[in-house]
Amino acid sequence: MKKILDLLVALGHRFMDFVRYTGGLTILLGQTIFWIPMPPFRRRQIFEQMSRIGVDSLPIVSLISLFTGMVLALQSAYQMQKFSAEMYIASLVAFSMTRELGPVLTALIVAGRVGASITAEVGTMKVTEQIDALETLATNPIKYLVVPRFLALMIMLPLLTLYADMIGVIGGYIIGVYKLGISHAMYMQNTWHPLKYKDLFTGLVKSYFFAIIICIVACYEGMTAEGGAEGVGRSTTSSVVVSFILIIACDCFFTALFYFVMR
Amino acid sequence: MIEIINLCKSFNGHVVLDNLNLAINTGETTVIIGRSGCGKSVLLKNIIGILKPDSGQVLVNGKDVAKMDEKELNVLRLKFGMLFQGAALFDSLNVRENVAFNMLEHMNSSPVEIDKAVKESLALVGLKAIEDKKPAELSGGMRKRVGLARAICIRPQIILYDEPTTGVDPIMGDAINDLIIELHNKLKITSIAVTHDMTSAYKIANRIAMLYNGKIITVGTPDEIKNTKDPIVRQFITGAGKGPITEGIDFEHLIRG
Repeated sequence: MKKILDLLVALGHRFMDFVRYTGGLTILLGQTIFWIPMPPFRRRQIFEQMSRIGVDSLPIVSLISLFTGMVLALQSAYQMQKFSAEMYIASLVAFSMTRELGPVLTALIVAGRVGASITAEVGTMKVTEQIDALETLATNPIKYLVVPRFLALMIMLPLLTLYADMIGVIGGYIIGVYKLGISHAMYMQNTWHPLKYKDLFTGLVKSYFFAIIICIVACYEGMTAEGGAEGVGRSTTSSVVVSFILIIACDCFFTALFYFVMR
Repeated sequence: MIEIINLCKSFNGHVVLDNLNLAINTGETTVIIGRSGCGKSVLLKNIIGILKPDSGQVLVNGKDVAKMDEKELNVLRLKFGMLFQGAALFDSLNVRENVAFNMLEHMNSSPVEIDKAVKESLALVGLKAIEDKKPAELSGGMRKRVGLARAICIRPQIILYDEPTTGVDPIMGDAINDLIIELHNKLKITSIAVTHDMTSAYKIANRIAMLYNGKIITVGTPDEIKNTKDPIVRQFITGAGKGPITEGIDFEHLIRG
């Protein structure tokens, strides 16, 4: 009996932690949106963050998208050659990249690269009392720290996603044209022709939501970090893990939604 | 005038401040002494409104800090300066941007005015020609002095010092004490310092208050505190290992290892 009770208590604690965490994220998101239209607008900081989040992520996004496009083409060639349907490889790569892999892979890369660095930076500021110092200097930490990162991510993640889509298609092209011998004209036609705005659009909608997830989780973890360097390390890990889980869950939700709504 | 009335604050069921009462007179330097972790910093953070009390009031010039909205709080905070234990300088900004943070954020000051204010504040704390350095390039003592320069840059009426001499060598510690006295004399400000460094407390204080078990157990001038009969205060100021504060605590395991 006591064991069952202990189990229930532990489950209750877990549940309360979960509720507290989701509540914390929601409140932070609400406050961030509230502070966006309030002056001063820190243009310089937003551009700085855009450069750190977007421009600095270009090499890794290029590399991973290119290889993903190539692997997609090769793997599908393995199957399609059996039916002599190699020419559809182009459409398959284009669809998979724009609808799914472009947004998700980019979001995962950015969550790992940028999300972790935001948590580490904000977390260090928290444990060294810099966030308290901001408040004593009459400056709202959410306005000063979260809003510029939020706006920068909202602008840069969709752009990075578009870029990843393009590089992925180029990866597929390299394999399709130079390895599998599909003609240039055929490959391009099979890439562009079946692709609709809808496909790009669904990918971009996802990436907006991924941007929100990455920023809010990273900042929340940073602002609640405690316990010195070790605490910042723990928060950084959990920031990346939670972002990954939420990105995949959110992706699954939107894919299902678009599948049923926008067929 | 700052009045703290029946202030209570606890964290996760652990009571830190328990019906604390204290009045701080304008123009005086009040030092709050107490053991590490007894809630001295929590008290300071309640005064400036970073933490909200569970119950009780902090009145600054008759107004309750906890009941102020964001705007009022910001107006109030511009009258305060705070020196943090680790200085809490912003790593991403250089010394000039740190010291002039308030001016850059809240005032339409011209670059010339800002430059002048930064130079003056840094001169007051005995520093010069480090405006373009980042906090990471400074030593601990210098960081603390830059933190102080930031706190006094827009000439606040009240300065809160959180352990001003902790983490710096004794000579630098004494220099900081002199600085606090000088600022107090020159700028006529109200100062509240929390510390467990008794040398510093005796030197800078007009009045000393001791925080113990969440309450202020005694308030007096440095001389009164030095000659106190209260066994708890006596043990603290003499730094004795045995006494009422440590009653029931066995330190022998520390010796045995």
